[in-house]
Amino acid sequence: MSFIEKISPLQLDILKEIGNIGAGNAATSLSAILNRKIDMNVPNVRIVSFDEMIEMAGGADHVVASVFLRIEGDASGSMFFVLSLPLAQYLIRKMAGDETFSIDSTPHAELALSCLQELGNILSGSYLSSLADFTQLNIFPSVPSLSIDMVGATISYGLLELSQESDAAIVIDTVLVKDQLLADSIDGHFFLLPDPDFFEIIFGALELTAYD
Amino acid sequence: MTELLKVEVVKVGIADMKIVKPPCSIRTSGLGSCVGVVVYDEKKAVAGLVHVMLPDSSLSKTGQINAAKFADTGVRELVKRLVKEGARMPFLKAKLAGGAQMFQFASGGDLMRIGPRNVEAVRKQLADLHIQVVAEDVGGNSGRTIEFHLHDCLLNIRTVNKGTKNI
Repeated sequence: MSFIEKISPLQLDILKEIGNIGAGNAATSLSAILNRKIDMNVPNVRIVSFDEMIEMAGGADHVVASVFLRIEGDASGSMFFVLSLPLAQYLIRKMAGDETFSIDSTPHAELALSCLQELGNILSGSYLSSLADFTQLNIFPSVPSLSIDMVGATISYGLLELSQESDAAIVIDTVLVKDQLLADSIDGHFFLLPDPDFFEIIFGALELTAYD
Repeated sequence: MTELLKVEVVKVGIADMKIVKPPCSIRTSGLGSCVGVVVYDEKKAVAGLVHVMLPDSSLSKTGQINAAKFADTGVRELVKRLVKEGARMPFLKAKLAGGAQMFQFASGGDLMRIGPRNVEAVRKQLADLHIQVVAEDVGGNSGRTIEFHLHDCLLNIRTVNKGTKNI
């Protein structure tokens, strides 16, 4: 039996709460950087096939900007900050202070890519530090790496660890929207893809703290 | 698209394999570190595509195995199915694409450099089965969407920044 079939509804709720707290903190950071309101939806925790996971991020062919990092320390996993190209362009313009930047003209300037990578670093840092506080575990992000390419090509990296044990993934997905009016065209996803041993460690840590 | 015949495109997902006959073409989208392997018998007009994620089935930590996920089991299973569909072993040829390195990490384990390992494993498996690789487009750091057409046995490769080509 795969580890995924052993997950209980209560445990799924805990994962959802992790997504809620983590992405909430990240949204606050993003809001502070941009100095404007950021909306966030309630996280979605789903058990999906690899193909469904790729569909969630927009489909295998869809081009997105994704910041990918590995979670290391007591518990491990993969994390993606996936941005639609209009959102990536908006964020780079704001952060680099260059209103003429266009995501369509390649190759992209080093500075622009660096901005996006740094943004991914800050946001995933706030996501993970809240997760670390919540669970009292020592977890930290690797240096993030950025790729502007097809969803299938980038997201599959987060599935490699899992694919050795299972044909399905548990994904904690939180959607960030800049504001409601532009929700269709401008969105960003946080995907947390825990490695198989993540669950035992996280749930173990939470049980211990509950009895303290 | 300027195709005169309306051909159906058979889609292959991640860690998946399928077989096609004319007039269908076969496609897999968004290959990153994964490798798309097309094996075909031109005269018998039958082709198969497998989208492999990992180089070796010994990496699997569970009992049951999805053959299409691994280079070794995937290529073997694909060839077996092709032969069942009328393809002849000595006439099989292969084309492959993928095995890119999408993210640059200073550190990171073996899994972060999986692309080249996948390509190597596929090549070895094909060599063991005496199947000639007639064309390939591997490595680099771009995602690829590939589509194989049986009528001319060309593999169309599309990337985001590096255009389209046929091999």
